[in-house]
Amino acid sequence: MANFYTDNPDLKFHLTHPLMKKIIALRERNFADKDTYDYAPVDFEDTLDSYDKVLQVIGEICGEIIGPNAAGVDEEGPKVVNNRVVYAPGTALNLQALRQAGLTGMTLPRRFGGLNFCAVPYTMAADLVSRADAGFVNIWGLQECAETINEFADDDQKQRFLPRVSQGETCAMSLTEPDAGSDLQAVQLRATQRDGKWFLNGVKRFITNGDGDISLVLARSEEGTNDGRGLSMFIYDKRNGGMKVRRIEHKMGIVGSPTCELVFKDAPAELVGQRRLGLIKYVMSLMNGARLGVIAQSVGVSEAAYREALAYARERRQFGKAIIEFPAVYEMLSNMKARLDASRSILYETCRFVDMYKTYAHISEERSLTAEEREEMKMYQRLADVFTPLGKGMSSEYANQIAYEAIQIHGGSGFMKDYPVERIYRDARITSIYEGTTQLQVVAAIRGVTTGVFLKQIQAYQNTEINPELDSFRRMLMDMTVEYEQAVAEVLEVKNNEYLDFHARRLVEMAGNIIMGYLLVLDSNRNSAFTKSADIFLKHAEADNKAKADYIRNFTMDDLGYFKYEASAPEYSSTPE
Amino acid sequence: MKGLKIIVLAKQVPDTRNVGKDAMKADGTVNRAALPAIFNPEDLNALEQALRVKDQIPGATVSILTMGPGRAAEIIREGLFRGADNGYLLTDRAFAGSDTLATSYALACAIKALGGADLIICGRQAIDGDTAQVGPQVAEKLGLPQITYAEEVLEVTTKSVKVRRRLDNGVETVEGALPMLITVNGSAAPCRPRNAYLLQKYKRAVTVTERQEASNDYIELYHDRPYLNIVEMGVKDIDARLEDLGLPGSPTKVKKIENVVFQTKEAKILGPSDANIEGLMIELLSNHTLG
Repeated sequence: MANFYTDNPDLKFHLTHPLMKKIIALRERNFADKDTYDYAPVDFEDTLDSYDKVLQVIGEICGEIIGPNAAGVDEEGPKVVNNRVVYAPGTALNLQALRQAGLTGMTLPRRFGGLNFCAVPYTMAADLVSRADAGFVNIWGLQECAETINEFADDDQKQRFLPRVSQGETCAMSLTEPDAGSDLQAVQLRATQRDGKWFLNGVKRFITNGDGDISLVLARSEEGTNDGRGLSMFIYDKRNGGMKVRRIEHKMGIVGSPTCELVFKDAPAELVGQRRLGLIKYVMSLMNGARLGVIAQSVGVSEAAYREALAYARERRQFGKAIIEFPAVYEMLSNMKARLDASRSILYETCRFVDMYKTYAHISEERSLTAEEREEMKMYQRLADVFTPLGKGMSSEYANQIAYEAIQIHGGSGFMKDYPVERIYRDARITSIYEGTTQLQVVAAIRGVTTGVFLKQIQAYQNTEINPELDSFRRMLMDMTVEYEQAVAEVLEVKNNEYLDFHARRLVEMAGNIIMGYLLVLDSNRNSAFTKSADIFLKHAEADNKAKADYIRNFTMDDLGYFKYEASAPEYSSTPE
Repeated sequence: MKGLKIIVLAKQVPDTRNVGKDAMKADGTVNRAALPAIFNPEDLNALEQALRVKDQIPGATVSILTMGPGRAAEIIREGLFRGADNGYLLTDRAFAGSDTLATSYALACAIKALGGADLIICGRQAIDGDTAQVGPQVAEKLGLPQITYAEEVLEVTTKSVKVRRRLDNGVETVEGALPMLITVNGSAAPCRPRNAYLLQKYKRAVTVTERQEASNDYIELYHDRPYLNIVEMGVKDIDARLEDLGLPGSPTKVKKIENVVFQTKEAKILGPSDANIEGLMIELLSNHTLG
């Protein structure tokens, strides 16, 4: 029996991180549910044991059902029949298995029928499902929308909608429109009130699983406004009608995930939270959850690509030996593994930050936090806010590189449809685009550079006690930190925003290299199996940061001019096929 | 509508589907240590059919009954994780060495001791013995009608069932009155996965023996949560004649065990031409290797 959880000890390694004890105690409110629910844990060890056992179930479903279905789903894809989405048969079977296993509403409180799992094990499930089928994870992972309902909707709405998600209904987040992609302030879909009820009218485009049972829709509720402050968030229940699927996109990858164009015509909907906070507050929360999901997806895709490449390199013989014996091949594989390990490490570090601050936020609705707890909540929120875009940017770019090299290792066979790596490569491509392109992750993550949040965390890592044999890594990272601080200072002293934007990705990646380097060193400290990846990763990170620092040092404001374009050049235009 | 009482007969077997080099011992017996113990695959198909009936009939209960050594309690837990309500482990030294006759006798006695059932569902056969005898023998001993090779329970009421059978040359739909025994074919729907809620609820379910053997930090739970106690039944709990149980009750005698190793004795080399392929096809069809 293939099991994607038990065949990969790295997941359990991250599940047993020392901070989990505190996260679980907070999450379970000191195990208060144990007398009310027969499936609630009684203590920390019991909770961790349950996480482990449930992940074994997910690993088995991934290995036995979702993974084997992936090729068929990619070939058939979903269809639109009578304005409704019909999933590929394999997709329907995947969903059925996960519903029967009770794996929807995983993070919701037990009073709404959920498992009350924290972000770490939930994200591990997403990591596993992504390895099995990166397109399918979108449909299943949209249960994340329920988190936003749980955070911002009123109690009556929570009672009505959340148990449905726990029962297996699917969700969608309907945000983007033809003229509002990255720039959501431009959303035009109208929400109007009649007799105290809200109705939606307009078009949404590029909506993943747009025909889901319960949707969160961003709409313009304030007539005459044109910016983000005129937008509110609505819950749309498909059972109420008024929405049609006009078409689904033909995509390069993640084919099984239906990307819909939706037409709302007098569709009844309910306001979530307060008017005007739709974009500026609720979408930001929704987006952070979704970005964390894309990091998990990137890690899962990287895992799948690495395993395919490794297996092929061992099996394929040329010039009288297995190709894995050639330096050009084993170097690629080792680099892939180091990046995969680094991505997974920042993924679960970010999850822990999210768990800490979100749990405190929920507790603050039940009782007032102590000054110390409030301080801790703010610290973790600050960290989560910059680690999420940093992790998304770095890990999705790595996923693309890893998938690229996985094909390279397969040679001509990898270019054919005969091996799964071809699908994995296509699936990987979207990770650095949706939920904000890498370029937009940089826009969010650069705040971690300019406010010093990254540096402060780097110093915290630096001050962690580690085994003496890892000290050479730390000295290397300390030198890299000095170099990073210098590069940041050089960019900031120009005091020009365009100049900062131009170098932003370089600075964010320098910080990312140091942070992921430290995380791998700390992983090695708990388990020496990671030392190889730490070593390989740091060799590259050091050289990469040096090159970036040199580039910045030798750059002036005048150089910027050489890169610029005129906005309009009539002789060129981009044409869709 | 009154609930149905369903008993699923299940067996823990060595996983013979992925046999390695050391699957057999030198003396020709199964090397159980080298093979993982699993829920017999067709018994899982049977469990799924039972759970589907339970989904349709309010108040229906599904119990797992298995005969085997202490560790066979593992498959009862597996059943609980997938939706069974409770389980019974029939275990006793007196059952050791049972063939199908003694096994079906012990199981029939156990079912009687449990007050009988409206529906008994079991897999067609176990992958270790491949006899397909135990289910039908249990039905005979209980004086119940039986439907073998079932692929799907199509309709069910508290009085009757309608079942599609998978036979060599097609399918057959039959109806019968309850109580009834059904054996389920491997072509039936696969069993639903373990459920996260039930897994957390039942993960500490153990038999008395297991509880005594393991150092258990959660001992007070067994008092507060009675469903965590898997019932163990021995010879004393069933009304059975000792001489019909275990080795004394098993007339099957193994006369000889042969190691069959397929070897190439005869080979024919064919050239890569259409004529050769056609010739081979004709040959294989005429000697009924194909078709």
